[in-house]
Amino acid sequence: MSRIHVTTTINGEAAEFLCDAGETLLDVLRDRLGLTGSKEGCGTGDCGACSVVLDGRLVCACLVLGAEAEGRTVGTIEGMTTGEALHPLQRKFLEHAALQCGICTPGFLVAAKALLERTPDPTEEEARYWLAGNLCRCTGYDKIIRAVLDAAAEMREAH
Amino acid sequence: MALDSKTEARKFKIVGTRPLRPDGIDKVTGRARFGADMSAPGMLVGLILRSPHPHARIRSIDTTRAESMEGVHAVVTRADFPAFVEDEALADVLDNCMAGEKALYDGHAVAAVAATSGAVARAALKLIEVEYELLAHVTDVDEAMRPDAPALHEDRADETVPAGMSDNVMARHEFGHGDIDAGFAKADRVLERSYRTEATHQGYIEPHACLATFGSDGQADLWCCTQGHYMVRNTCAAILGMEQGRLRVTASEIGGGFGGKTTVFLEPVALMLSKKAGRPVKMVMGRAEVFRATGPTASSSIDVRIGMAKDGRITAGFAELRYQGGAYPGSPVDMGSMSAFAPYDLEHVKTVGWDVVTNRPKQAAYRAPGAPMAAFAVESAIDELARELGLDPLEVRLKNAAREGTRASYGPTFPAIGLEATLRKAKDHPHWSAPLGPNQGRGVACGFWFNFGGDTCVSLNITPDGTVTVSEGNPDIGGSRASMSMMAAEELGIPYEKVRTIIADTGALGQNDVTDGSRVTFAVGLATIEAARAAKREMCKRAARIWEIEEDAVVWEDGAARPAGPNAGKHPPMSLAEIAAVATNTGGPIAGHCEVNAEGAGVSFATHMVDTEVDPETGAVKILRYTVFQDAGKAVHPAYVEGQFQGGAVQGIGWALNEEYIYGEDGRLQNAGFLDYRIPVASDLPMIDTVILEIPNPGHPYGVRGVGETSIVPPLAAVANAVSHAAGVRLTHLPISPPRLLAAIGAK
Amino acid sequence: MVRVRLWGSLAAAIGGQTEIEVEAGTLRELLDTLARDYPALQPQLERGVSVAIDGVIYNDDWFTPIRPDSEVVLLARLKGG
Repeated sequence: MSRIHVTTTINGEAAEFLCDAGETLLDVLRDRLGLTGSKEGCGTGDCGACSVVLDGRLVCACLVLGAEAEGRTVGTIEGMTTGEALHPLQRKFLEHAALQCGICTPGFLVAAKALLERTPDPTEEEARYWLAGNLCRCTGYDKIIRAVLDAAAEMREAH
Repeated sequence: MALDSKTEARKFKIVGTRPLRPDGIDKVTGRARFGADMSAPGMLVGLILRSPHPHARIRSIDTTRAESMEGVHAVVTRADFPAFVEDEALADVLDNCMAGEKALYDGHAVAAVAATSGAVARAALKLIEVEYELLAHVTDVDEAMRPDAPALHEDRADETVPAGMSDNVMARHEFGHGDIDAGFAKADRVLERSYRTEATHQGYIEPHACLATFGSDGQADLWCCTQGHYMVRNTCAAILGMEQGRLRVTASEIGGGFGGKTTVFLEPVALMLSKKAGRPVKMVMGRAEVFRATGPTASSSIDVRIGMAKDGRITAGFAELRYQGGAYPGSPVDMGSMSAFAPYDLEHVKTVGWDVVTNRPKQAAYRAPGAPMAAFAVESAIDELARELGLDPLEVRLKNAAREGTRASYGPTFPAIGLEATLRKAKDHPHWSAPLGPNQGRGVACGFWFNFGGDTCVSLNITPDGTVTVSEGNPDIGGSRASMSMMAAEELGIPYEKVRTIIADTGALGQNDVTDGSRVTFAVGLATIEAARAAKREMCKRAARIWEIEEDAVVWEDGAARPAGPNAGKHPPMSLAEIAAVATNTGGPIAGHCEVNAEGAGVSFATHMVDTEVDPETGAVKILRYTVFQDAGKAVHPAYVEGQFQGGAVQGIGWALNEEYIYGEDGRLQNAGFLDYRIPVASDLPMIDTVILEIPNPGHPYGVRGVGETSIVPPLAAVANAVSHAAGVRLTHLPISPPRLLAAIGAK
Repeated sequence: MVRVRLWGSLAAAIGGQTEIEVEAGTLRELLDTLARDYPALQPQLERGVSVAIDGVIYNDDWFTPIRPDSEVVLLARLKGG
C-alpha cells in the first residue's frame, strides 16, 4: 500500500509525514509525529478529547484524515504554550482545580481557546454550549466553566 | 493499625489551603503520559476478537490463517493460558479476559493478535475462524432469576442460596436487626414500592491501554492505566503462572477510573502476546470495546417496604434487592444491602440481597459500588411517605438520622458521624427556602459510604539540599499527589513547594492496595504523615548528636530541630535543610518510611438537594440548581474535595436521567458509544454548589475521611424525588429519560 | 468471652443465632475460634469478612486487640470503587 506524502504546518512549524489514506489526523499526530497531547476517547467525534484547530476551525482530529492536513495549518495543545509562559486558560485551569484526571484537559483547552478567540466575553451559557462537545467525567464541569470565564475576564483586561 | 487514636486539635498551616497540583503543568500542556501515550522500539499492535453472540459454546477456534498472515507475530486464545487457576475469583477474571468454554456476553474476548500495525491486526482478526454453538441468553435480572431461565453456569451458587432457584442466582445476603413485623405493626402508614435502575458505565474518558514487554528470561514489564498497578501485577502473575517479583508494573497517568480500572482486561492478554511474539505489544481499547467488554455496574430491581408513624418516625424498613452483575458472580448487592438503610437509626430493619448472573459483561466496581441504587429505592420511599403524611422530608430524615451510638443497619455502632450535620446545614441553606416555579420540583436525599483503608507504603526521602520526595504506590486520579505533598509539608513544617510526590512502580515499594474505596487521602495520607514523623525522629537524632545532648532533649517545631527546653542547652535551631546538608557526616542519608495495613477509615454521609424543571411536552428534565452537603472529616485540599462532590453528583445525575445499557432481543448491546450512551455535558448542568462539613475521623491523625464515593450515592434519589414533585407522578425506574417520563405523565 | 454479632446470612448458617460468645483476645484468635467452633461459617470466612470492633472496620490485621467488652460485628467483606 503506497503512502501519501503530506506537507503541512503544525503549531506554526513546517511538518511533513507519510500516512495511509485511511489514517486519521489524530493517528498521525499521535503515532507518527509524537504529539500525544491530543487524546482518543472515542474515535467517533463524541468526546472532544482530540480537539485541534484546522485552519482556524475547531475540529475533532479523529474525524479528519491525515491527508486532509496537506497545505493547511494545524494547532494542537502542544502549541498552546509560548516559551515558558502558560496561556491564561492553562493557568486558570490549574488555579481553579479544573482538572482531576486530566485526560480531557487538552481538548477542553483547545476548544476553550477557540471560543475566546471568537467570543472574548462569553456568558456562562455560551461557554457551556460551546464546550458541550467536550466530555469530562470527573469534574461535573463546574470548575472548568469557572476557569474559562475567569481566563476570559483576565484576557479582556490585558487588552 | 490505627496510628493515632485521637485526632489532634491543631491549627494547620498547609492542610486546608489550595496550592497548585504538582502534575498540573504536564496535564495542561499535553505532556502527561497516559496509558496509550507510551511506545517502545519494535512494538507490535495487539487487538482482540470479540464474540458477537450473547451466549455461545465455543466449539473450535482456527487461528492458522491469521498466524500465517504477513506481519502477524502472535495469536493468542484461551489455550495459551494455564488450564487451571486455583482461586475462583481469579479464574473468573481470566475467563473474562479470554473466554474458555463459552462466550458469555456480546463483546466477550475469544482471541487476540499482535501484528506490525493496526491495519494488519484488524485484517488478521477477520481470518480467525470461531465455530460457535448458539445458546439461549438472558440479560434482565428478574428474568434471569426465573427457574427456567437460560443458565450461564452450573453449580456455582454458594451455600446461602436455597435449593430450587435458578442456576443464575449466585448468593443470598441478609442483614438487619429487630423484628420488622413488630415494627410494621406500629406504623401509621406502610408503603410498598418496586424500583428499577439500569446498568451504567463508569464512563472514564480514557479507554483501557497498556504496553507489555515480556523478556525471554521470564521477566516482564508492563505500562498501563489502572487504579492499582500492584493489583495488576498480582493478578497477571497469577493468571500467567509467574512470580510476582518477575513482573514490574508502572502506572501511567490515569484518565479516570471510578472503580472501572480496579481489575484487568487487556493486561494478561498483552503479556501473553508479547511472550509469544518476543516483542513489546501495545493494546488500546476502542470506545465500543470499553462499553461492550469492560465493567459497567449492576442493574437492579428492588422492592422496599417502609413503615412510618404519623410523626415521621420510621417504625420498620425492609428491602429486597436483586442485582445482576453480568456473567460472573460478585455483583455489589451485598454492599447495596448493607448500605440501603445505613443513614437511619432503626429499631427494626432487614435487607435481603440476591446476586444474579446474566449474559452481560462482568460488572466492575463503580463509585460506592451497590449503594446508589439501594439509596434510590429507600430514599424515594421515605420521600413519598413524608409527602403522604404531610411532613417535611428533611425533618423526617433528621428525626430518623443515625448518630454517634446508633446501631447501624449493617451491624456496628457508629462513632462520631456527620449525617445530622449535613441535614441541618441543608435545612438552613437558602437553597431549601428558594421559591419554585411551575413544572419545577425540589428533591433531597441522603447517602452513605463505608470508606476503606488497606495495605499502603510510603517512602519519604530527604535530599541533600533539603527538598523532600515522597514515593507512594497509589495512582493519582484526582489530585492526590498534591494532598500527599501537603500532608508531608505540614508534618515537616516546610513549604509545600519543597515536597514532590511521585507514584512509584511495583519494584520500588511493598504491596499497595488499589486506589479505591475512597482510601487514598485517608490511608496514603496516614502513611505519609507517619513516614514524615519517622524522618523527623531521625533528624532530631542527628541534631542531638551534633549538639551532644540526649535524643529526647530535641523536639521538631516549625521545620527545625530545637532543644526541648532550657535544660537541653542553648543551641540555635537546625532546619531540615541544615540537617540534610550534613547527613553524610552524621550517619548517612535520611529517610522515613511507613508500611501499614491502614485501619480506622471513617464512614461518610452526604445530603443532596436539587431543583429540576420538567418539560411536559417533551419529557425533558432540566437541572436548575444543585447543592451537595457532605462530611469530609478534614478537607486536605478543599478544591479537590469540592471536585469529588461535584463529579459524583453529576455522575449520579447522568445515572438518574440519561445513562443506561440498552440490550436488544438479540442480547446485543445497542448503544456502545458516547452518542447513544449519553453522559452529562456542560450544557446540561448548572454550577454544582458544595458545602464541606468537617467532623473529624478519629482514625486519622488529621481527621481525614474518604470523600470520593459518597457523593454518587444520594443524587439518583434526589433527582427522582425532584422530578416526581415537578411532574406530579412518582418515578420508580431510572433513568428518567424523556420517553419514560412522558409515558409516566401520560399514565397519570 | 467476647460477644460477636453476626449478619443475617451468617446467622442463618448456624441456625439463626445472631450473637455468639467466643474466647478471643485478638482478631486472629476470633477468626480461628469461629472457624473451629462453627464449621458452617467456614465458606463465608474463606470468602473473606470484615470485622467491626467498636465501630471501626478491620480487614486483616491478626493482632488487632479485642477487649472482652468490645462490640464485635462480623460484616460481609467490603470492597470499594
